[in-house]
Amino acid sequence: MNGVHDMGGMHGMGPVNPETNEPVFHAPWEGHAFALCRALRAFKRWNLDQDRYALELLPPAEYLRMSYYERWFTRLEKQAIDYGFITPEEFANHRPDPTQPKGQPALTPNMDQAFISRGLPPTDDPTIPPHYHVGQSVQAKIINPTGHTRLPRYARGKLGTIHRDQGVHPLPDASAEGEDVRQHLYSVRFSFQELWGPQASAKDAVYIDLWESYLEPA
Amino acid sequence: MSGHDQHYHHDHEHQAVPHDLTLRVKALESLLIEKGYVDPAALDALIDTMENKIGPRNGAKVVAKAWLDPEYKARLLTDAPKAIAELGFLSAEGESMVVLENTPQVHNLVVCTLCSCYPWPVLGLPPVWYKSNAYRSRAVIDPRGILKEFGTALPEDTEIRVWDSTAEVRYLVLPERPSNTESLTEEQLADLVTRDSMVGVTKL
Repeated sequence: MNGVHDMGGMHGMGPVNPETNEPVFHAPWEGHAFALCRALRAFKRWNLDQDRYALELLPPAEYLRMSYYERWFTRLEKQAIDYGFITPEEFANHRPDPTQPKGQPALTPNMDQAFISRGLPPTDDPTIPPHYHVGQSVQAKIINPTGHTRLPRYARGKLGTIHRDQGVHPLPDASAEGEDVRQHLYSVRFSFQELWGPQASAKDAVYIDLWESYLEPA
Repeated sequence: MSGHDQHYHHDHEHQAVPHDLTLRVKALESLLIEKGYVDPAALDALIDTMENKIGPRNGAKVVAKAWLDPEYKARLLTDAPKAIAELGFLSAEGESMVVLENTPQVHNLVVCTLCSCYPWPVLGLPPVWYKSNAYRSRAVIDPRGILKEFGTALPEDTEIRVWDSTAEVRYLVLPERPSNTESLTEEQLADLVTRDSMVGVTKL
């Protein structure tokens, strides 16, 4: 979707303000929001791309206003209801409904390391051959899907060169819809002048990881 | 989910929830614990892992080893996940990983314009600035401006390569080894390596 999350190349967002001696979490609620997200994601009721799409669906003004973990937690409140962990009534009352079934934790203390591995499928699937090769010229498609995609707007329609074949990866656009479509993923080099015009640096380039169906031969 | 369900209804769904995030998080956490879906000890263990066990010190060890051991560096640049696993660092957000070598001619900078993708096993969770709207919007169009804000001066003829982490490949920058460090041990070298240099916003 052409959401506000797709910010590459936008102006007006101000300076980057690095913080010295920044803590991992700025308040206890941030750590708990993070851990709760992982604890519910461990049930695998939604996948990574559905998770990302849920953030992209935050209303744009809210998305821009919220802090990072506020976005995560606002998404989690909705997921907890949408995916059947709690009822809207339980959420509103802050109390469990005794007639509702109880669950078992999917995340346990001794599996935190193992769990946070995302269990992605292997990238070296020989049954899926690549359609492009390193050095080949390609064009990023001009598409405007209303669903989830990982083809940023600033690259659409632009000419690039295949820099590296990253192997086979699930197509996010399909994963976000609960479908399993696997394709080669490529690191594609786009020159600054192609992306931003003749006044841009003649040396610099952006390398973007793009799935096969985002590309066509140029 | 139907298309209708995918939209947020803030006024409707959130009106009974305390606006303060501390209270909101506590409310949902208590509910999920009472319903049996969440083990509070698992939350504590995970928070402890992210705060104390995973962080840029891991990446610094990888970099220091690569500076001292050319064979390790070669393995790191050709098969980063395997070379990083040799040091025992393996977790989420790092299964597919590429290490980018800075040289006097080429400077690499990593961003995720669409969200916050970051190499957790070697750098931990990203700092706020990496996830900020400013960094995400500007890194791909004004990398030299960003580098300047970090106090990093690059010669005009240095080629900048910006890596937009749009997929499940994670990028780690291998910074140039500072001069006059020949006498330092691997541990001392690792102490010189900063998180920001491994994202590519600073040099060492």
